[in-house]
Amino acid sequence: MDGAIDDAPHEIPPKETITEVSGLMDPKKKLWVKLEGSIVRWLFMSCALVSILTTVGILIILLYQGYGFFKEINLWEFLTGTRWTPILKPRSYGVLPLVSGTLIVTVIAASVALPVGLMTAIFLSEYAADRVRRVIKPILEILAGIPTVVYGYFALTFVTPLLQNVLDDLLIFNALSAGLVMGIMIIPMVSSLSEDAMISVPRNLREAAYALGATRYEVSLRVVVPAALSGIIASFIIALSRAIGETMLVTIAAGATPKMTLNPLESVQTMTAFIAQTSMGEQAVGSFEYNTIFAVGLLLFCMTLLMNLLGFWIVRRFREAY
Amino acid sequence: MNKDKFITGNINPNRRFRKIIGGCVYILFLLSTCVGIIGLGLLIFDVLKEGIPWINWQFLTDFPSRDPKEAGLLSALFGTIWLMFLTALFTVPIGVGAAIYLEEYAPKNLLTRVIEINVSNLAGVPSIVYGLLGMGIFVYRFGSDEMFLDRVLIAGALTLSLLVLPIVILASRESIRAVPDSYRQGAYAMGADKWQVIKGAVLPSAFSGILTGTILAMSRAIGEAAPVIAITALVYITYIPAHPFERFTVLPIQIFNWVARPQDDFRSLAAAGIIVLLVILLTMNAIAVFLRNKYQTRSEE
Repeated sequence: MDGAIDDAPHEIPPKETITEVSGLMDPKKKLWVKLEGSIVRWLFMSCALVSILTTVGILIILLYQGYGFFKEINLWEFLTGTRWTPILKPRSYGVLPLVSGTLIVTVIAASVALPVGLMTAIFLSEYAADRVRRVIKPILEILAGIPTVVYGYFALTFVTPLLQNVLDDLLIFNALSAGLVMGIMIIPMVSSLSEDAMISVPRNLREAAYALGATRYEVSLRVVVPAALSGIIASFIIALSRAIGETMLVTIAAGATPKMTLNPLESVQTMTAFIAQTSMGEQAVGSFEYNTIFAVGLLLFCMTLLMNLLGFWIVRRFREAY
Repeated sequence: MNKDKFITGNINPNRRFRKIIGGCVYILFLLSTCVGIIGLGLLIFDVLKEGIPWINWQFLTDFPSRDPKEAGLLSALFGTIWLMFLTALFTVPIGVGAAIYLEEYAPKNLLTRVIEINVSNLAGVPSIVYGLLGMGIFVYRFGSDEMFLDRVLIAGALTLSLLVLPIVILASRESIRAVPDSYRQGAYAMGADKWQVIKGAVLPSAFSGILTGTILAMSRAIGEAAPVIAITALVYITYIPAHPFERFTVLPIQIFNWVARPQDDFRSLAAAGIIVLLVILLTMNAIAVFLRNKYQTRSEE
């Protein structure tokens, strides 16, 4: 409907009729109307370009400040070093302890959220009656809307003491409870995206399977899940990238000790927690510390960007079209 | 042989056995669904139990204090209100403008495609990265030690605007797309040009959807602490900001501040702060749901 209709109405009826009917095409106003139209067009386009500028701004600021960092610290040393002591002497800038901290929390979160989220999605899409679904979905939406400081509070003051009853070695700040709570936090992401994928699997595939004598769970696991697999995997990846980028929960509950460890009972520091904890202080700009948080930010940005792109790519590449 | 296997797979031919398995799996799915709900229940129970005794008038009207009994969240509350107002001011016109461009004007070309991919990618960028962006270009002058806007409200609002912009754009696009084409054609038939069609026909009927999306985006912004903390640093504010160029604090940061202290009393204060925050969020969401329900029925006529 672009183009043709757009230009046509100016010529069709005689002028008097139109002014009479709507006043829109008053010849004196006509020029102004045209001008206004093209002004707003450019205005709206520049609004859309703001989003491009945001991305460009993020890239430039991360690369610029990161450059200040990598001028003094070898990139290889940064990526493979196993000691992260940017404040304590002797200073050392190996980022792996932060990466391992991030990974351990993410893995724990994933081991909760992926299975639970997937099964929730199957339940909602294949088993639940409409009435039940209408109750459960808003509850999960609330879960997704709760601010992450609240989850941090919950992990620190509820889950950690609870786990300490069972696990004697558990420190106050630890990767385990941060990871578990983060798992609960990202359940709604996995479940809603996976459910969307499952609901769009056409009905006749299910009915064909039922006609062959399959039970409901066989239909769910052998027909619906495989057919929706690309959407499900994409939901996993997007949820994981969210977990990697999550900040306040781990800043509150996981601690501030950059340590190369795979022990979830210990205190760790994630990349995001390092950025938050360091930027909270008012360090001088241009100081090396200031550049350090941008270097870690750059790494974080690249990791999440790659995962998001992978997620989108999987959805588009492997989408089953029916 | 092979063909047989293809047909039956490894499905056990005993149908009763399969039914039993199916029942067990059903229970498993049901329990999984409960995990999220139970988690939410425990969280709310814990927060209410700790926080309710601390909520009183004095808590809502006092400034933060070293003594937990005299501490309140007035400055954080007003900081949040200020920040939301300014964020909405920046993000709504830009977000809606971008959505109108993408839905009504944009030609199908590479630039449009790039903008679209870019918007969905921006939605996935961790919020702390926006904090770094805001710190690097709004708080400080780019690449130097000089202050640009300083750690003030307006810098925080600009940062949050960029953060929620993708959400506003996506929501607005959806409600603009939902406007029936017949409305547009009707307006064109009256002799309106493109902008008049948008102004007179598209925006009024997309308005409620845009409003709902905006409220939801704002409720996301209210809960964000990570980017704001990079902008404000940890501050101790005992005044209500009078204009956008003053330093500020917001509810999530005040809560974080209290959680981070080892004393139990401050943790309870944090719980009380969380209750206030959650009440605000629930109210906003309820308004959004109300608007959605109210206008959804009407547009289906």
